[in-house]
Amino acid sequence: MDENIIKIDSVRFYWSKKSSFKIFVPNFEINKGEKVLLLGESGSGKTTLLSLICGFLNPLSGSISINGSTINKLSSKTKDEHRADNIGIIFQQFNLLPYANVIDNIVLPLYFSKVRSANVTNQRESALNLCKQLRLPDDIDQYKASSLSVGQQQRVAVARALIGNPSLVIADEPTSSLDTDAQQIFLDLMFEQISNNKSTLLMVSHDRSLAERFDRLIDINEVLTRED
Amino acid sequence: MLLKLSLSSLYARLVTVGMTVIAISFSLMLYMSVEKLRTSAYTSFTDTISQTDLIIGARASSVQLMLYSVFRIGNATNNITWESYLDVVNKEEVDWAVPISLGDSHKGFRVMGTNKDFFTRYKYRGGQSINIDKGYLFEDIYDVVLGAGVAEKLGYDIDTPLIVAHGLQSFSEHDDQPFRVSGILEKTGTPVDNTVIVSLAAIEAIHVDWSTGAKIPGQETPIEEIRKMDLTPKNITAALIGVKSKLTIFNLQRWINEYPEEAMTAILPGAALQELWRVVGVVENLLLGISIVVIFTTLIGMTAIMFSSLSERRREMAIWRAMGASPRTVVGLLMLEAIFISVLSILLSVILLFFSLSILQPWIDYNYGILVNVEMLSLQDMYVFMTFIFASIIVSLLPAIRAYWFSINDGMTIKI
Repeated sequence: MDENIIKIDSVRFYWSKKSSFKIFVPNFEINKGEKVLLLGESGSGKTTLLSLICGFLNPLSGSISINGSTINKLSSKTKDEHRADNIGIIFQQFNLLPYANVIDNIVLPLYFSKVRSANVTNQRESALNLCKQLRLPDDIDQYKASSLSVGQQQRVAVARALIGNPSLVIADEPTSSLDTDAQQIFLDLMFEQISNNKSTLLMVSHDRSLAERFDRLIDINEVLTRED
Repeated sequence: MLLKLSLSSLYARLVTVGMTVIAISFSLMLYMSVEKLRTSAYTSFTDTISQTDLIIGARASSVQLMLYSVFRIGNATNNITWESYLDVVNKEEVDWAVPISLGDSHKGFRVMGTNKDFFTRYKYRGGQSINIDKGYLFEDIYDVVLGAGVAEKLGYDIDTPLIVAHGLQSFSEHDDQPFRVSGILEKTGTPVDNTVIVSLAAIEAIHVDWSTGAKIPGQETPIEEIRKMDLTPKNITAALIGVKSKLTIFNLQRWINEYPEEAMTAILPGAALQELWRVVGVVENLLLGISIVVIFTTLIGMTAIMFSSLSERRREMAIWRAMGASPRTVVGLLMLEAIFISVLSILLSVILLFFSLSILQPWIDYNYGILVNVEMLSLQDMYVFMTFIFASIIVSLLPAIRAYWFSINDGMTIKI
């Protein structure tokens, strides 16, 4: 069994030949179970790297392997399925479908992933259980996503990323819209759940002070080189 | 799950979606009511007279003869003499004939002189006969039978006295010879409803003291004397003819058209109605065209609304994608939305249509003599609905393709 959950090899990407934004990733690996903080300023190519890992973007050359599958060789349909099966995604903000209730938001990935829904016997119960562990109110299932506070919304997003035990959680600056206290609470809860699930975490941030919680700190500039 | 979320997404945009649905359903309703009115008008129109094989009158175009003899619009160019009429009636091909004499009026309603055969021979709506609602047909010279519309609009009942005016817009009245309502007919939805019917003898009687359209000064024949006179008409305006065998219609028509002693015209009512409808029907086709344009406009409106909601839903689509939805699923959601909007609009438009028609039907019938059919939806309506749903899928393709492009390119970089 491959120990790497993410393995990127000689990946080259740009939007168009004339574009000034061209990146090259010679080698990037993350082991299973690792919690990695990827540091970088905005515009450094972080989001592009995440889009490549999630399979939203296709590299021009090289290979990206997630949990043993070379995703840039997959058809777009299989790639979407692969993402649903393996990756839980937490955005910076506005993670939830505002019109749907909290439980529907949490169980949404299970609809697209047979693997993850097979890991859950009772969808509603495990969603509520995750909410409880993330210290969300007991009557959270009564709420519409749009009526929650930002901090609560981000915690619901964690529950959604973790339901059905995906092997990799990708978080794109999940704390940037939270104040310092809320940040700490959020991170505590997220780390606790990720440890429980034995998932791998790749989190992107520009805040170096978060580093102590992680197994490894990587500067984006060490991962990719800009080719202008 | 997808359906549920799609519905709650629509519900979250209740106002915009609601307004779209209302706009579309009104335009669909407009289309359907125009179509219903058009077909009902056509049926009412072509059903005005049936089972009459020929209509004869003085030489005129078929449309003109049709207009004055059946619809009582306009005037006869000339009369035909009673002798010519008898010559036609005595032809062996002729099974029956009903003479009609027009020219006088009562408070804007045409007065028609005829005989009792009219009530059994005149058929409408594919063979329906005129029935008497109240009273009896004329027994006396001064009895009149009213069409349902006349009685209703003038508030007349049995025994109401009335005076016939000479001509159509004249102020000279046959006030020396008052009439009395003897019977009122059931509603037919034909021009009969707006006709005052008297006997041919009555038409003769009121013109005893008249000559070439004016009253002879100083002459006033007492009613008792008139009753004793021979009141066989000298002229009639037109006549309805039935033949023994349909095969002889054209021969008879030709014989009448070539009648040497008087210039006469015989027309086939069916053909004349069709010809007349081609003139009248243009307006309806225009309306139909306009309502189709309205439907197109609302479809474009729906697309515009979908386009504008697309930018605010870009994030939503990114979430779907992150959860593992394929770009196709995202596109499917948009199309599902369009289908849902159009189905909802169709349902609402049908409800609106039946609601408004059932309210307006008596009014349309009363004022225009068109009986609008407020029954089941026709197969054609179903075709229209299917076409509309199909069209809405086609137009929703445009925003859907844009959404597809967004969801391929946005990835993790989501614009708010």
